[in-house]
Amino acid sequence: MTATVGQQAQAAARANDVWKVYGSGEAQVIALRGVSAEFERGRFTAIMGPSGSGKSTLMHCLAGLDSVTRGTVSIGATTVTGLGDSGLTKLRRDKVGFIFQQFNLLPTLTAKENILLPLSIAGRKPDPAWYDTVIKTVGLQDRLDHRPAQLSGGQQQRVACARALVSRPEVIFADEPTGNLDSRSGAEVLGFLRNSVREHNQTIVMVTHDPTAAAYADRVVFLADGQIVSELIEPTAETVLDTMKKLDAPAEVGN
Amino acid sequence: MFRATLKSLLARKVRLILSGLAVVLGVMFVSGAFVLTDTLGRSFDSVFADGFSEIDVNVAAKPKVEVNEMEGEQTAAPLPAAVVDRVKQVPGVASATGIVNADGARVIGSNGKVVTSFGPPQLGENWIGESDLMQLREGRAPQAENEIVLNKALATTAKVQVGQKVGVLTAFESKKRDFTLVGIMGYSGDRDSIGGVNEVFFTTPVAQRLMLGEPDTFSSITLRAADGVSDETLRDDVARNLGADFDVKTGEQVAADASASLKEGLSFFNKILLGFAAVALLVGTFLILNTFSIIVAQRTRELALMRAIGASGRQIIGSVVLEAIAVGLIASVLGLAAGIGVGALLAFLFGKLAGGLTLAGIGVPAAAVIGSFGVGLVITVVAALLPALRASRIPPIAAMQDVATPDRPLTKVTVAGAVVTGIGAVLLFLGLSGNAGGQTLSTILGGVLFAFIGVALLTPLISRPVVSLLGAIFSWSVPGKLGRLNSGRNPRRTAITAAALMVGIALVTGVTVILDSAKGSISALAQDTIKAELVISGQQGGPRPPSFDPGVLDKAKALPGVRMVDGEYGDMGRIDGESTWVAASSDIASLRQIFGAKATAGDIDRLGPTQMLASSDTATSRGWSVGSTVNVQLTRGEARTYTISGIYESSQLTNPVTLPATAAKDFAIPQPIQGFIQLAPGTQVADVQPQVETLLADSPEVSVADRDAFIKQQTSSLDGLLTMIQILLALAIVIAVLGIINTLALSVLERTRELGLLRAIGLRRGQTMGMITVEAVVISVFGALLGVAVGSGLGAAVVEALKDEGITDLILPWGQMGVFLGLAAIIGVVAAVLPAVRAARINVLGAIAHD
Ligand SMILES: Nc1ncnc2c1ncn2[C@@H]1O[C@H](COP(=O)(O)OP(=O)(O)OP(=O)(O)O)[C@@H](O)[C@H]1O
Ligand SMILES: [Mg+2]
Repeated sequence: MTATVGQQAQAAARANDVWKVYGSGEAQVIALRGVSAEFERGRFTAIMGPSGSGKSTLMHCLAGLDSVTRGTVSIGATTVTGLGDSGLTKLRRDKVGFIFQQFNLLPTLTAKENILLPLSIAGRKPDPAWYDTVIKTVGLQDRLDHRPAQLSGGQQQRVACARALVSRPEVIFADEPTGNLDSRSGAEVLGFLRNSVREHNQTIVMVTHDPTAAAYADRVVFLADGQIVSELIEPTAETVLDTMKKLDAPAEVGN
Repeated sequence: MFRATLKSLLARKVRLILSGLAVVLGVMFVSGAFVLTDTLGRSFDSVFADGFSEIDVNVAAKPKVEVNEMEGEQTAAPLPAAVVDRVKQVPGVASATGIVNADGARVIGSNGKVVTSFGPPQLGENWIGESDLMQLREGRAPQAENEIVLNKALATTAKVQVGQKVGVLTAFESKKRDFTLVGIMGYSGDRDSIGGVNEVFFTTPVAQRLMLGEPDTFSSITLRAADGVSDETLRDDVARNLGADFDVKTGEQVAADASASLKEGLSFFNKILLGFAAVALLVGTFLILNTFSIIVAQRTRELALMRAIGASGRQIIGSVVLEAIAVGLIASVLGLAAGIGVGALLAFLFGKLAGGLTLAGIGVPAAAVIGSFGVGLVITVVAALLPALRASRIPPIAAMQDVATPDRPLTKVTVAGAVVTGIGAVLLFLGLSGNAGGQTLSTILGGVLFAFIGVALLTPLISRPVVSLLGAIFSWSVPGKLGRLNSGRNPRRTAITAAALMVGIALVTGVTVILDSAKGSISALAQDTIKAELVISGQQGGPRPPSFDPGVLDKAKALPGVRMVDGEYGDMGRIDGESTWVAASSDIASLRQIFGAKATAGDIDRLGPTQMLASSDTATSRGWSVGSTVNVQLTRGEARTYTISGIYESSQLTNPVTLPATAAKDFAIPQPIQGFIQLAPGTQVADVQPQVETLLADSPEVSVADRDAFIKQQTSSLDGLLTMIQILLALAIVIAVLGIINTLALSVLERTRELGLLRAIGLRRGQTMGMITVEAVVISVFGALLGVAVGSGLGAAVVEALKDEGITDLILPWGQMGVFLGLAAIIGVVAAVLPAVRAARINVLGAIAHD
């Protein structure tokens, strides 16, 4: 079954019949089987699904971190599929932001330096007003000169969020950003991810396992076994949980 | 980006310092070499400028035979005393003084031994009175035939006092003659000598007779210009007046020339030091390459993150290269500083050894600074380039995954290694077979370099079986097994670390093979050919070989049981305009009877006063045959024509040409420098030796030894050379040890988590240390094995190429090789100490939580 969802003109990211196959022969794994999806500008989309269903793979392919076996991916007006290294570099620099589960901050740099790193790599100056807004949004004013080791997990993830926000990318991809956080810090991080969508028209695509986290999104896309199987608009934790349960049952049969 | 690079550099300073140390040592050699030669060069300048400060213009006869610094000393032709009077007539000359000044005045110290010199000449001069420069410190001037004055430096070394009897050997008398020391002189500024030169002052007639061999002659004439006459004008006037047979120079010119000829010797020394710098830097390159590779591997995640947030591949290369530049800069600064220290120290030691050379201030020439920074930066950046490229190829996705970079196949490296080794072999073949045009040395060196790099590239492939074989020795214990597995884990890393050690050990082994083979071949030949039971000779210290009184030869001949005695003389002469080593034998029959020469043409048993013998090689290359006539100019006397009357087969032991004994009086050293005594059958060596010793009592520069001792003594100079080269190359090995420490320390750091886990499941501290030590020993023994193999190969190739030069026996120093392997094991243990301690101290809990 191939589901095409969320048709809209001004998609920030789009996948068109994307297949991803790892390995070959005996070891072959088909991680994505013909996924087509659009992620509208200015919306917060969550991707959910059982472990191994291909969520991270989809995200990596969308972000141009990994190549697709078949199909096309585009970010804004740029077709990602087929870009060379310099094109991909430019894409990552200008159009894409990342938030990782393991924070992934440079241990040798301070929080502020980590936040400004993408801009300094691209050789750009931060917009001071926007920088201040971001810092205020993530609430890190008094932690800017600390190193990652001197910050809590929640604070580190907020630094990572600020780093993704500060260059105002077309899309921010977040892979289980709250996976390593307790529920309170998680809620804080999710809160300002949602704010940045609401107030600053940022586009965010987030992979998560947690129905409560998914409820912060405007829309949830469900993956199972490498295919999009369902979606919810304006989800709540309950509706997400329900859908997940429905998905789990046939999956177990499948196993 | 720049900032991120600097920060990450600071965070890893310890590792970079370790790898930078290799560059520091290499750069130290470079700057040390330049500082040393500059300092000594300027010291020579000032010494000579001082020595010739009392001279406005100097007149000397043109030397009969020009010799360069490498061939021996220049001996000036004597100048008739009448020239002094002639020069005095030249307008503008205020005074003209005839000077006797020749090498070969050897004083016998109060211990009965000859005072030797390691460089500066031992001059015998005529006393020409005190001046601003020269003053008597004690006593008075020499007035009688048997009176001398010594300079203070010589008097101090010889431990003699005014009033004592002092024995002196002179240029024309290698038999001790006793003089009374009547005075001790010194130089202005409280200097005991200038440039460590030993000086004996005689009365003028005695100096002429004993140092120049002819009465009424001088070595040179020093002139002072009258007021208002410039040195240059006077020089030109005198030169015009005397004609083309004389060298007329201003004092400044003489000083500059004298200094320049010594500096030529220095530049040779400089090249040797730079050669060792090159070795150190080659080893250093391996080290830096390895360190940066490991650092890049460890930073994979960090670099991938940079890529994910938009850094381009070029920026990644830039950041790694920037790190390299920073390391290179710091290392260059440190190396330059260390080099200045080492250069100063060496200059000081050299000054001491050369008998108290007054050093000019330590100078840091531009070449030292440029060389240091150039070499330091280029080496570091070149070495970091490969790892930088690898870093730029890290996929951004590696930031999110624990992508274990798969073991890339070794095919490419191996093919590259085979090609490079092949190029090296071809270059070596070309160079050694003499087919490299005029570029023999550089072709051979290039071949060696390519061979090293090629083998280093092949090392990863070789390392697998060898390391697992070596490791098998330790596999009886768990830590041993783990250590062995670890050393086989990253073949490239192990390979480069081992290759760094290989270079040093291969060079030492190669040099040892060559020198041992040379030594073995020469002594085998000497054993086979020399038919003399006793040999008279001495150890050469300075530029002048020891000699002895020719009277000893006749007296020895008269001893009961002695069948034949031969005295050997030698000189650098010019034959038909070409510099050639010429020899003379006191008894020409010895050629056949003692040295086993075979005639290939003509008669070699007799030699008339105008006849000459040549070796077959010399005859061929110069196109001579029996009956050819040649023009021979010796150090002294007029040129003479000789007819070739016989040709003998060339061997290591034959001289290029042999002149009749009568020619020896015109040699620079007119006394025999070696004596060979053949005993009648049935005569005991022990019966004759003491009697010859007695005969030599007045020739203390030489002694008599039996044949075996003589051969050993002859080849012992090669031992000295070998030891010196080994000491210098040991530095390359020390650098390689740093490399092992570095690799291990980095590996330990990299495996913090794993080590923590091992400790958590019960590996004891001692076992952890054992594991690291096994890894180190395996790597270093592997490197030593490679080195011994490559070195033997290179050495054998050179020996093969030198077959025609008489190195016929290939001698592999098995004992030495065993020592190197043993040493390598010890090196491994030593190198493992710090990393092992560090590994053992790992905090178990922290390591497991370590990200
Ligand atoms: N590099 C790879 N090589 C081979 N197979 C892979 C690779 N990466 C992922 N896979 C496989 O692709 C499938 C999808 O993996 P993916 O990481 O996208 O799952 P996920 O939905 O993110 O799961 P989780 O919720 O556990 O993170 C899995 O079966 C996985 O084993
Ligand atoms: Mg995942």
